[in-house]
Amino acid sequence: MTEKMQDAERVFRKTGITFAVYGEQEASERLIPFDIVPRIISGNEWRRLTQGIEQRVQALNAFLDDIYHRQEILRAGRVPRELIARNEAFLPEMIGVRPPAGVYTHIIGVDIVRISEDEFYVLEDNARTPSGVSYMLENRETMMQLFPELFQKIKVRPVENYPQLLRQSLAAVRPQSTKGAPTIAVLTPGSFNSAYFEHAFLADQMGVQLVEGQDLRVVDGHVAMRTTEGYKQIDVLYRRVDDSYLDPLTFRPDSALGIPGIMDVYRAGNITIANAPGTGIADDKAIYSYMPEIIEFYTGRKAILGNIPTWRCSEPDSLKYVLEHIDELVIKEVHGSGGYGMLVGPAATKKECETFAKKLQAKPSNYIAQPTLALSTCPILTEKGLAPRHVDLRPYVLVSDRIQIVPGGLTRVALKEGSLVVNSSQGGGTKDTWVLDD
Amino acid sequence: MLLGRTANGLYWMNRYIERAENMARLVDAGLRMALTRTQSASEEWNSVLLSAGSDVTFSQKYSDYTAANVADFLLRDTSNPSSTMASIETARNNARMVRTALTRETWESINEAWMSLKRMLAKPIDERDLPSVLDAIKRETALIRGSFYGTMLRNEIFDFSQLGTYVERADNTARILDVKYYVLLPSISWVGSTLDNYQWESILRSVSAHRSYRWVYDADYKPTNIADYLILNVRMPRSLMFCYRFLSEHLKFLGDDYGERHACHATAEKTQTMLRAGSIKGIFDAGLHEFLANFIRDNTKLGEEIAQDYRFN
Repeated sequence: MTEKMQDAERVFRKTGITFAVYGEQEASERLIPFDIVPRIISGNEWRRLTQGIEQRVQALNAFLDDIYHRQEILRAGRVPRELIARNEAFLPEMIGVRPPAGVYTHIIGVDIVRISEDEFYVLEDNARTPSGVSYMLENRETMMQLFPELFQKIKVRPVENYPQLLRQSLAAVRPQSTKGAPTIAVLTPGSFNSAYFEHAFLADQMGVQLVEGQDLRVVDGHVAMRTTEGYKQIDVLYRRVDDSYLDPLTFRPDSALGIPGIMDVYRAGNITIANAPGTGIADDKAIYSYMPEIIEFYTGRKAILGNIPTWRCSEPDSLKYVLEHIDELVIKEVHGSGGYGMLVGPAATKKECETFAKKLQAKPSNYIAQPTLALSTCPILTEKGLAPRHVDLRPYVLVSDRIQIVPGGLTRVALKEGSLVVNSSQGGGTKDTWVLDD
Repeated sequence: MLLGRTANGLYWMNRYIERAENMARLVDAGLRMALTRTQSASEEWNSVLLSAGSDVTFSQKYSDYTAANVADFLLRDTSNPSSTMASIETARNNARMVRTALTRETWESINEAWMSLKRMLAKPIDERDLPSVLDAIKRETALIRGSFYGTMLRNEIFDFSQLGTYVERADNTARILDVKYYVLLPSISWVGSTLDNYQWESILRSVSAHRSYRWVYDADYKPTNIADYLILNVRMPRSLMFCYRFLSEHLKFLGDDYGERHACHATAEKTQTMLRAGSIKGIFDAGLHEFLANFIRDNTKLGEEIAQDYRFN
């Protein structure tokens, strides 16, 4: 098995699947560690999971449509008004804008953890630009190269058609005015972005252009790319650039990554941007704690997938509890991601806790806290043989006129013994996820 | 249809792969001369640097023209943008940018070349290892070329890549010829005579043509024959004529595909016609140096026109 592990490392290094880690200059070509022991999910478990995910994704899109239009949920008092109005992820520019086909968040990666046999919880809804899907695909590819015999014996549901599904899904949400087959492109910040490999990979697999802001401009009310034969119109843009960089005329004026005027084209309904600008208001960590209410409000049913109990530090009682139990909790920044700027109480020193408590008191509304759960573990291959490690799961969801979930996802694994942090930027690894066809 | 930026990336990726290899070949030729020559080798190393267009930057950094210094500067030094290491790094960055336009085999060969050269050139090269390092560089670029020719579809992506390769190669060959001729030819009256001098081999060696020369001409190195071989021979893969044959061909493909001709088409055809009609005697009569200087200027202009006509920049 150790030999297979080295084979896997070679495959990855050769194909150049790397992940640039911020803050480590020398390691800018680091590989995400890959573990060769697959995570198994039974067909039954998967069915239950997908029901919960579908419900959640419907609610997310309904919530976004509502928030940028009538704001019924605020009128009903189910979500506090100030949580939206003062939230940086809320884009006033999107008020009254209805995206093509009415879809706001087209590609979602829902982070799920398992607590016990039947208990799944949602850790985070990534409704902006979830990454990692290329690892799901390459992990499978690598496993099939390393263990062809296992795939003959065990019926593992395929994930390989994700790029085709993504392409179909993007084509289905093209602007109404599109004539003929839509031109789709993937917008990347550029080759020095940490997820550039994935952007290139997806564009390649979908057979569409990989563009940067500098390739695009607004021509005759449409977004067009500069080609060797002149400018060519783009109908659907799968953007992997953050909202604030999208249009220097509307958002950050210093952005060189975006396209001046694209928001006007968007408001005129002449381009689909996936995901829509402003979807961050739905996966914001402060909003997250209201997801059970949000799901019930829009779907009329209780949430199938639960939330992890969350203390909103903006509420005085919660803040008090959190400060008293700081060494037991995981405390996260409301707008943070990637495992940066968080405190894992049980793993932190007394001094770290004290320092963090000061930050917390200075701006309580910036934080939420969650219990450290008895997360499920999966075996991984270590130098000393198989050993249990904590994992989470990110299935990828595509929304167009329908909702599609590829059977599988990215299993992230905390490589350090006892660690709960699975983010690749913090030393986490990945493994293949097998949903069985039973 | 191709993004202008992608065409640009393909073009420069190939220019730099070509350049990475040319540097190794120049050092190889210089090394050979240094080993076989009785008097000081510094003149030869100086001519190597001149051919590489790096003599000025070199002299700012070093005072001694030794094998170790020149090899270090032309192969390893990343502050020299044309060194093999810097070139392969630039080539790979471009390849990364246009990755979706490349076959997996091509991308992997470039990535692997970059990884292995980075490892190999991490430390100063021991003089004893120099020959094997040079071989390894040529092997890596040969592998890239092999994967590229073996797997790439012959479409516009291929055309833009080839334009980069041949513009760079034509430039290199013209420079080598220009510089070396002046260093090696004692006086203009020697043109046409037989020079029983292994120095001439270094010109041919720097374009990997020292063996094939003998298959085409006689065994003696004659300045006119060498110039003829490197300028006008249409079968010699590094000759100016050969480069322009392919430049014209790929530009024609692009023109036909897009249904549009540009300034670059006219420029390439003009040079090709001039080479086709030219004789080596005529070139020498009018002055080889003037001929090569004009050629280099037109070749640079062609590169700029291609970039403009196909919206690279």
